[in-house]
Amino acid sequence: MSGVRVLVGTRKGAFELTSDGKRGRWDVSGPHFAGWEIYHVKGSPADPNRLYASQTSGWFGQIIQRSDDGGKTWHQPGTPPGEPTTAPDGTPKGESNKFVYDTSPETGRPLTTHQFYDGTQHPWEFKRVWHLEPSLRDPDTVYAGVEDAALFRSTDGGKTWQELAGLRGHGTGPEWQPGAGGMCLHTILIDPSDPRRMFIAISAAGAFRTDDAGKTWRPINRGLKSQYIPNPEAEVGHCVHRIAMNPSRPKVLFMQKHWDVMRSDNAGESWQEVSGNLPTDFGFPIDVHAHEPETIYVVPIKSDSEHFPPDGKLRVYRSRTGGNEWEALTKGLPQRDCFVNVLRDAMAVDSLDPCGVYFGTTGGQVYASADAGDSWAPIVRDLPAVLSVEVQTMP
Amino acid sequence: MIRVVLPAHLRTLARVDGDVELQVEGPVTQRSMLDALEERYPMLHGTIRDHVTQQRRPFLRFFACGEDLSHEPPDAPLPDAVSSGAEPFFIIGAIAGG
Repeated sequence: MSGVRVLVGTRKGAFELTSDGKRGRWDVSGPHFAGWEIYHVKGSPADPNRLYASQTSGWFGQIIQRSDDGGKTWHQPGTPPGEPTTAPDGTPKGESNKFVYDTSPETGRPLTTHQFYDGTQHPWEFKRVWHLEPSLRDPDTVYAGVEDAALFRSTDGGKTWQELAGLRGHGTGPEWQPGAGGMCLHTILIDPSDPRRMFIAISAAGAFRTDDAGKTWRPINRGLKSQYIPNPEAEVGHCVHRIAMNPSRPKVLFMQKHWDVMRSDNAGESWQEVSGNLPTDFGFPIDVHAHEPETIYVVPIKSDSEHFPPDGKLRVYRSRTGGNEWEALTKGLPQRDCFVNVLRDAMAVDSLDPCGVYFGTTGGQVYASADAGDSWAPIVRDLPAVLSVEVQTMP
Repeated sequence: MIRVVLPAHLRTLARVDGDVELQVEGPVTQRSMLDALEERYPMLHGTIRDHVTQQRRPFLRFFACGEDLSHEPPDAPLPDAVSSGAEPFFIIGAIAGG
């Protein structure tokens, strides 16, 4: 029987929420990695039992965790407990946590600074992994979006990581600057029709695309308007919060920007605003219905200075027209005294029919809708602040 | 044998319950002790010292024999009581956060 596994990253650990295809009764397991910030947990589309997790701490730095059994057990890749300190292939263990920017003359660039909050140049400093995106085809290949913004790839199941330095090195890097949450690479989308094409997004730099599997990159921000940038045609500097795509139409992208909801019909070559009748066009997550590529979801947030829902009402907004015309989805969601936020990686959809939609809040609730957003119910109410939500649809 | 007391989260990562006991070859210093710790528990690479700079992570401090050794040079000898195993070497996380 079909089912779903919801992978939740929180400020104090990871949780797994599982249900059958009806999505009415849920089992909750966790916390895994209790007390650590879990920025993201995601499963491999090629092997649902292969999960990757970003475990991080201001005290102890970055840890990468991997499960090969659907989350029952975890280990740091290349470091199973009780085994010798060097793998049979000679790979030094303990390397899975090592994210070192590429400055080599062959593949890296002498890129050492980006713009800081005060406009001065600041050295690139690795802080944490925000997002892990497993390959669509190979369970051992996984991409990591990190702060300070860069893209890393592992092709050995997370044991070792190499920067795809062409992103930072393409030329605009010194103009990138951190948003309030840090200068993070938070979105990685792989084109299912062409694995050489990927889209990434950085706060606050913008969206970028590669057509050669990560070797070279270019900004794709034409049409974005950011009021804090003096140049209305600025190529970079835009605070993109999230990009989403329906796998059946990989050239159509939807974006929640710091302000404005945008869409592109040409793989990011140009963008048009589709905020329409939203009560506010500020927010963080955006996602697309699994089977209706013109149905999209956002969670409007009052402003960039307050970061909670307008009027204390938690409302998901759905557009069935690819934007511009939006309807509020409120059934089962708190419509008074609600002042939580929904962060950029904290919304996901399953691929059952009807499509399930999920999101987590900074108040620790994870809400699920088994009817494409018409009605909602909390799976859990009292987790630590939710940083990320992903869903695996099980056969 | 040198005894090292790890913070709770690092004990969990290393999958140990109590103090860690290490055999250190040659002079016992912060660097040689941490090298031995990471050799024995490779999953701790990067959690105490930065991978590249080998600098102590800023929210961690080192104590032994009632003294704060956090700012001692990494190649300075540790107190005899530590190198003899009479006193443990403490790695302590800052009290901070929520």
